[in-house]
Amino acid sequence: MSTVPLQPPRRLIEITVDGEEVRVPEGATVLDACAAAGKDVPTLCYGDTLTPKNACRVCVVEVEGSRTLAPACSRRAEPGMAVGTATERARHSRKVVLELLASSTDLSTTPRAAEWIAEYGARPERFGPDAASVAQPPKVDNDLYVRDYAKCILCYKCVDACGDQWQNTFAIAVAGRGFDATISTEHDAPLTDSACVYCGNCVEVCPTGALSFKTEFDMRAAGEWDESRQSRTTTICSYCGVGCNLTLHVQDNRIVKVGSPHDNPVTHGNLCIKGRFGYQHVQNVPRAEPTVLSSADLLDPAGPAWGPSSASSAGGAAPSDG
Amino acid sequence: MDLRFRDAEPSAEERAAVDALLGPPPTGWEGGPRTEEDLRFAAGGHAARDRRDLLLPALHAVNDRVGWISEGALDYVCRRLTVPPAEAYGVATFYSLFSLKPRPARVLHVCTDLACQARGAGAVRRTVEETLGPPGMSWQPSPCLGLCERAPAALALEAGDPPKTAVHGPLAPDLTEREEPPAEHAVPQAGQAGLVLLRRVGAVDPASLDDYRAQGGYAALRHAFRLGPAGVIREVLDSGLVGRGGAAFPTGRKWEAAARQPDHPHYLVCNADESEPGTFKDRVIMEGDPYALVEAMTIAAYATGCRTGYLYIRGEYPRAVRRMSHAVAVARSRGLLGDDILGRGFAFDIEIRRGAGAYICGEETAIFNSIEGYRGEPRSKPPFPVEKGLFGKPTVVNNVETLVNVPPILLGGAPAYAATGAGGSTGTKLFCVSGAVARPGVYEVPFGATLRELLDLAGGASGTLRAVLLGGAAGSFVRPDELDVPLTFEGTRAIGATLGSGVVLALDESVDLAGILLRIAEFFRDESCGQCVPCRVGTVRQEEALHRLNRRPAPIDAAADLALLREVGRAMRDASICGLGQTAWNAVESAVDRLGVFSSPSPSSSREASPS
Ligand SMILES: Cc1cc2nc3c(=O)[nH]c(=O)nc-3n(C[C@H](O)[C@H](O)[C@H](O)COP(=O)(O)O)c2cc1C
Ligand code: SF4
Ligand code: SF4
Ligand code: SF4
Ligand code: FES
Ligand code: FES
Repeated sequence: MSTVPLQPPRRLIEITVDGEEVRVPEGATVLDACAAAGKDVPTLCYGDTLTPKNACRVCVVEVEGSRTLAPACSRRAEPGMAVGTATERARHSRKVVLELLASSTDLSTTPRAAEWIAEYGARPERFGPDAASVAQPPKVDNDLYVRDYAKCILCYKCVDACGDQWQNTFAIAVAGRGFDATISTEHDAPLTDSACVYCGNCVEVCPTGALSFKTEFDMRAAGEWDESRQSRTTTICSYCGVGCNLTLHVQDNRIVKVGSPHDNPVTHGNLCIKGRFGYQHVQNVPRAEPTVLSSADLLDPAGPAWGPSSASSAGGAAPSDG
Repeated sequence: MDLRFRDAEPSAEERAAVDALLGPPPTGWEGGPRTEEDLRFAAGGHAARDRRDLLLPALHAVNDRVGWISEGALDYVCRRLTVPPAEAYGVATFYSLFSLKPRPARVLHVCTDLACQARGAGAVRRTVEETLGPPGMSWQPSPCLGLCERAPAALALEAGDPPKTAVHGPLAPDLTEREEPPAEHAVPQAGQAGLVLLRRVGAVDPASLDDYRAQGGYAALRHAFRLGPAGVIREVLDSGLVGRGGAAFPTGRKWEAAARQPDHPHYLVCNADESEPGTFKDRVIMEGDPYALVEAMTIAAYATGCRTGYLYIRGEYPRAVRRMSHAVAVARSRGLLGDDILGRGFAFDIEIRRGAGAYICGEETAIFNSIEGYRGEPRSKPPFPVEKGLFGKPTVVNNVETLVNVPPILLGGAPAYAATGAGGSTGTKLFCVSGAVARPGVYEVPFGATLRELLDLAGGASGTLRAVLLGGAAGSFVRPDELDVPLTFEGTRAIGATLGSGVVLALDESVDLAGILLRIAEFFRDESCGQCVPCRVGTVRQEEALHRLNRRPAPIDAAADLALLREVGRAMRDASICGLGQTAWNAVESAVDRLGVFSSPSPSSSREASPS
């Protein structure tokens, strides 16, 4: 078990970032090169476990000789490329993108959004009080996680995680077009009527908090969510022999959220319903209503209480993927 | 992939519509009745999923028969093609010609776009509303229908077996149907000497292959076989032909790059999505001289090593779809498509795909996603289509007009072709002249003719000319004192304009320019695919700002809104993924900067005072 896989040696290519020469392995992105040069380029739709969708455009940089700006997250570094991360042009587009997003979407739980808005001098309020937004009530249709699409920036990460890049369940997709586009199940059905298997892999990658554990959602609503009082402990899931790493977020001695390290070679951040949501049994506290999934639910051959009433169709929400 | 379905059942009619396209379901797994046997094996895997490209045709089949797509029908399509229902829902809701809610079988699509607006679409809309009630059920406003020479236009689509269509242009006040005029009706020059691309329109029977051959058809393909693929590419390179779809990329270079690709198969895609407001030239070619496009696609495929070509025609062109389908079928039956074309061992065939109401599907990578059965969202480039295009394979995408230039190039020779035109713009160009002119229509002139000459050909402006929109919604406005601009790529660029897809929309003093700008903004907001933030939200903010600027009396903070437009426009141009977002502010910018729209006469908010 001690063999270390050797990567074939990769050629290094040289590019300049803000006038500074950096060398990155062939195949690296401009974002990698910016990181190597110590530049902090904002990203939102980029995910370390996903193929870049380059949809948000907050990471745009100026590439010498290019007609338009380039998304750093997906553009491959090429030998001799000259990249400007802080040119007036790049900063202008980043500022406007932040203004467009912040004026249409609730970014209150998007990490670093407020910092970037200040850094780029973005003024989302300039579009006036009547500016169209995606404000809408959160979708609370199951006991495990909440979809609050008023916070959704349509980064496609949840769709990619649910679809062919990880989970292969395809419970959600982008529906509609343009500003009316949303993340949706078929016919906007509740999750409990959809193909969702509650792996929570979409929650894991959501960059805005639009998708969150029901625990987090409820605690935030009650004003109890406090990350400064939370500890994170990485352990191994005890449900089956795969050996997934779990990171337990614990506040006041209660598990409030479960993740998995994105660099874990087994999970790449992905889990199944048991590892993600089946933690209630370790907490020796009286159950609060509404119930979270319990071990008894999992052992119940009829399926968990929150499952679809008619479990007639294939797939279903039964935890069959362990 | 483990598909999960809800309990919705298709109606017998919906099932029949899908089965008419796909054949009866082979097993219970694909939506047929469940049998004992189905319990002992599982269908699935790649074989089941590989037919995803039939999703769009299957959705059309249901929508054509029933008028809308129910939950049961969508589920049935998904079972037949092994597509997750959420994804199919995402695809169906992408297209404006599909409805996921019940609606009447017959829906009138009333054009409210630029050329029609310049010719009284506002009044028409009010009449329609009085007769048919509020929009959304039996009628709906529509972007440009490509019938601009007959503005104000409308298109009636009636579901059924078979579905019916009727084109109204101009729409009669009492909404009665009139017979559609022949294609050459849109070509005032028809029959004149000197035409190249339009020479057969009106002269040839579009249904007759024999007539096409009698008028010189298929001589170019024979010549291509003599030249060989490399020889054809050389001729096209030497001719200086550049793409007519809007991006003006040299066609020979595209073909050469594709032909070189070691990965196979190669695909040819002919882009007949023609949805740029004010554009109708490709429609006229497809309706008036369909075999010319079949022959041209065959030559392109021969040169670039393609076995299969897709002809993607916008869904609002029923007659073009009918004529092209007929031409392809006849050519196939006569050995001009198929495994052994003209007995020369060359194999090529054409599949026709119908769009379903989405301008963005004309973008060269969005068209791949649309054909493949995904949402018509542009892909990021690189990789470019010639490397990884349709189904991930090397692909040549060309516009209809670009392709029909190729037979004349081969027949006359590259030098003769290159001798026509001016500077780097060789050959002739089709212009779609509409709006305030005496004889709107498609005109063919050599590159280098001036805008004034073109307008004169069309009978001159029918009022006091206020401006000309060149290049469509993604183009820019030209002033009456600039009419001597030579119509070449270089000439228009020199004055900060563009030829785009050949739109020449004349606007006289009677037209409310600010209203035209609003319509342009609304068009981009409606047609944005929604993928990237600058375009998805930027087009909304652009429209909102124009609404504010349009308010009477003029708002006091017009300068702030103009600055906002400029800043958002710059970010859309710089940071959007594709050409739609990148050009969404072009026309508005040119109207502000060149025509002085929104610069009020009071000195405090004059054009000079607005920040730039
Ligand atoms: C939003 C958008 C819409 C487009 N629509 C069309 C179209 O309807 N027809 C077309 O030929 N090209 C269209 N284009 C241009 C195509 O991307 C592509 O450049 C063209 O089809 C290539 O063919 P060509 O080289 O023969 O011009 C569109 C581009 C964009 C960005
Ligand atoms: S929980 Fe898992 S199956 Fe459900 S939508 Fe999210 S990624 Fe898809
Ligand atoms: S829900 Fe989250 S992950 Fe999904 S698109 Fe919206 S912001 Fe992205
Ligand atoms: S620019 Fe607009 S149409 Fe193009 S990819 Fe972005 S959102 Fe879609
Ligand atoms: S992070 Fe690069 S485009 Fe979103
Ligand atoms: S048909 Fe109405 S604008 Fe073209």
